[in-house]
Amino acid sequence: MITFDRVTKRYPDGTVAVDDLSLEVPTGGITVFVGPSGCGKTTSLRMINRMIDPSEGRVLLDGVDVTTVDPPTLRRGIGYVIQQAGLFPHRKIVDNVATVPQLLGWDRRKARDRAMELLERVGLDTGLANRYPFQLSGGQQQRVGVARALAADPPVLLMDEPFSAVDPIVRASLQDELLRLQAELHKTIVFVTHDIDEAVKLGDRVAVLQVGGHLAQLDDPATLLARPADGFVQEFLGRDRGIRRLSFVPGEGLRLRDDLTVPVSADVASARGTAEPWLAVVGPDGGPLGWAATSGLPKSGTFEAVPLAPYGTFVRGRDSLRAALDAALLSPSGNAIAVDDSGRAEGVVTREVLDEALVLAAREASRVAGETRAGEGPGEAGGAREAADGR
Amino acid sequence: MDGEPLVRWDWIWRNWSTGRAGSIDSLLQQHVVMALLPVVLGLVVALPIGLACVRWRWLYQPTAGLMNVVYALPSLPVFMLLLPATGLGPATVIIPLSFYGVAVLIPAVVDGIASVPDHVRQSAVAMGFTPLRRLLRVELPIAVPVVLAGLRVVAVSSISLVSVGALIGQGGLGNLFTDAFKRDFPTPAVVGIVLIVALALLVDGLLLAAQRLLTPWQRARGSA
Repeated sequence: MITFDRVTKRYPDGTVAVDDLSLEVPTGGITVFVGPSGCGKTTSLRMINRMIDPSEGRVLLDGVDVTTVDPPTLRRGIGYVIQQAGLFPHRKIVDNVATVPQLLGWDRRKARDRAMELLERVGLDTGLANRYPFQLSGGQQQRVGVARALAADPPVLLMDEPFSAVDPIVRASLQDELLRLQAELHKTIVFVTHDIDEAVKLGDRVAVLQVGGHLAQLDDPATLLARPADGFVQEFLGRDRGIRRLSFVPGEGLRLRDDLTVPVSADVASARGTAEPWLAVVGPDGGPLGWAATSGLPKSGTFEAVPLAPYGTFVRGRDSLRAALDAALLSPSGNAIAVDDSGRAEGVVTREVLDEALVLAAREASRVAGETRAGEGPGEAGGAREAADGR
Repeated sequence: MDGEPLVRWDWIWRNWSTGRAGSIDSLLQQHVVMALLPVVLGLVVALPIGLACVRWRWLYQPTAGLMNVVYALPSLPVFMLLLPATGLGPATVIIPLSFYGVAVLIPAVVDGIASVPDHVRQSAVAMGFTPLRRLLRVELPIAVPVVLAGLRVVAVSSISLVSVGALIGQGGLGNLFTDAFKRDFPTPAVVGIVLIVALALLVDGLLLAAQRLLTPWQRARGSA
């Protein structure tokens, strides 16, 4: 656990970068420091590995004041990932990753083996091991940076805007990769970013810092979105707060209807007379093909001949209510097709079911916010409450 | 000149290696030593001063100013100044040339260390390098291309400047120029020029090769 105990950083010119910060970073979780530039988030991060020492107060690492530890020794036990990766341009990828093990005096061969293992672990081709950093893309360099930080298996990882310099698609994949790694490794991670979406996506807990180094709010992302502590946090969270909060409500509990799907090989006659305006047509492999309007069906033949409208899907065991809502909005029927992990259609979630779930989620948000007493909602789409509590 | 040819090959042939002082090969050897020793000395002196200037930034401006003054001093009067102390030996040439080397190499060292990207330096700190180890393992290796570029300038100018020493009899191949003037006989001058230029090209080429060898990581070489 990392503890900030009334920490202040004041520079000789009088600038206060961090102002009386007290917070705890729990072991094994991702804590994100987020805020606009000048809020002291990077300064706070760097006080953990003594790249900056506090003017007042103490930073404790598992109960030990870090200023009592010799900086190089302290730092070798703390992984660090920086924006632009900070790779050594003159060293091969494998040597970059093996840096800290070598500083710790590991045997050369052991350090190298460990480096190769880590390259694989962060999803890099080990064929890159003997290249130089300039020969890698920005995203690959950043993965190497993560591998290097993990090389000596430090319990704590500090990440200073590590994904800010790469394009949005690569950034998203790096974020997913980090969450996947963290699920295996359970490091204590402090992650600094100015991007609130990144903070909400990655953080188990998010600390919102304000210019001048005040802690404005520290909460789990769902609570943060539901109940910003003040106007600053609310403004910083930006628009679509309500919609974004749905990312933390699992879509698992949504009730499925299995009578709204029809195999593409079925005869159109089977659908005649149904009151439903749209049916989801499913291919021979079980994957959805599109929506067929029951009003315009031909007189005979199978669904092969029927023109299909576009559709949206969400993965039932994994995706959030937000993804389900998005899938519904992509379909002319306003219904979402639920698929399993392999992409086979499991059934259809109707607007009515989504509507119930949204109402529940909204009540849940209000309950978290403590503004109203939550009604005891019907149990069917009851994933909402677990979600708000669980994340 | 009464039909004297530019080059008399037989003269070159006869004087190439006589085994006596003043033969072309001994002058060449002398030239190499007097030109390159100042380069090495210059680097040895400039490196610690340059690093001190990086460590204590306030040192750099006065040092750079002083070095510019040193560099601006014409070599001939400096030779004359040194004569009483060092006499007519090679040191009279080697010492001022070393100072020129220092003058060029201090900024090269400072710029070289400054060429280390900030995020690279910070990640070295954050990974637990001690300051000395960081200098030796990260900063100096990354400074190599800039320092070597300075070294190439120093080496080539030093090779050319040695010949001025001929005026006090310590000019290596430069002695061939005074010889040619005194006797109104162009062949030695041509030999001197050709050998000096060839030597400069060779040394520059070697330093360039050394740079390529030492810095396989440089983007300038294109993708591998």
